Amino acid sequence: MSATQAASDEVLIARIAQGDRLAMQVLYGRHHVRVFRFGLRLVRNEQVAEDLISEVFLDVWRQAGKFEGRSAVSTWLLAITRFKALSALRRRKDVELDDEAANAIEDSSDDPEVAVQKKDTSEALRKCLTALSAEHREIVDLVYYHEKSVEEVAEIVGIPENTVKTRLFYARRKLAELLKTAGVERGWP
Amino acid sequence: MMATSKKILEQEPGEIEMLLPWHAAGTLNARDSRKVDEALARDPELARQYATIREEYAETIHLNESLGAPSARAMQKLFAAIDAEPARKPQASLNFATRFTGFFAGLSPRTLAWSASLGAVLVLLQAGVIGAVLMNNRPASFETASLSSNEPITREFGVAAPPRALVRFAPDARVADITALLDKYQASIVGGAKGGVFRLQFGNKAMTNDEAVDILSRLQREKIVSLAVAAQ
Repeated sequence: MSATQAASDEVLIARIAQGDRLAMQVLYGRHHVRVFRFGLRLVRNEQVAEDLISEVFLDVWRQAGKFEGRSAVSTWLLAITRFKALSALRRRKDVELDDEAANAIEDSSDDPEVAVQKKDTSEALRKCLTALSAEHREIVDLVYYHEKSVEEVAEIVGIPENTVKTRLFYARRKLAELLKTAGVERGWP
Repeated sequence: MMATSKKILEQEPGEIEMLLPWHAAGTLNARDSRKVDEALARDPELARQYATIREEYAETIHLNESLGAPSARAMQKLFAAIDAEPARKPQASLNFATRFTGFFAGLSPRTLAWSASLGAVLVLLQAGVIGAVLMNNRPASFETASLSSNEPITREFGVAAPPRALVRFAPDARVADITALLDKYQASIVGGAKGGVFRLQFGNKAMTNDEAVDILSRLQREKIVSLAVAAQ
């Protein structure tokens, strides 16, 4: 995200704190897709993820006056989303949720082994990314898709910066193991 | 040489190795990015691992982009909830940081460019005026340093007017950091940024010398400030 957009996000938040509904619409338009995708990857249920974004932006509406600008607005949004997603998962108290929901959003493509038979390493890679644990999925998404720095990930997840680095390293190693099981050798580790 | 690769074999991640994903995503600071570039140039094992990271990076984006977008229901639900919220009393004024960012965000690039040009012209004019005044006040006769005024060569850090300082921010300082700092010190930018140096004013009232010196020394310890000196 550019510095200009980050600054203009802060202006929107200030206007939202004043009760400006239009500013809320602009902020929503700008961030809701990424918030939705981050939430969906955590809760693995589209319905729950949609409910989540309403809750996240309602929190923004209520808490905008308390936003201090110590982090980017997008980082703040992802931190709220993560908190809400974990709360939603706890509320459901369904230990099977992860696997069930994962099945629910499975697409019609082949499983990793079949994908490799088709020599489609990219597809196998995406399958294995989906198969990572929630903890590993989250960190991979934050770094690669949401383009968050070490410091920002530490703030969103609430862990020390060194843990951020090692967690992503082990997430990548797990990914390599899953790919190896699926028959894909990439020469690392 | 190959120290990083050795670590890979031992399954223990090295510092540079752990930074590779952020380098691929372009979110490292300039210093770390340079360190990673140098390591990649000298270590083929690390470069091989970097290639796998770039694949992961691309596929993670592909995967997330394939997730689609929420339906309009989410937005309707949100604004129905907002409408049901109690009416909010507007605050008297926005804080300074917001007004600062809002002011610049509201200007078009063309306006900003013209403002910067105008600023540069004014600085040049000011320099010309100061130069002319100095030339006019110059004594006709030769004068050594020892014969000049007995006044101490010190610069008072504001006593009658609000204190001011010339400040240069660190290259990696973000707008949010700068606005937070301005807010923290109740500072406003009253001039600059020639050569990346801003003239800041602290508060609206005069301060004691001790207070002003304290502000300056705190400012000099700020992580995002690379230079802070007293100014008139």
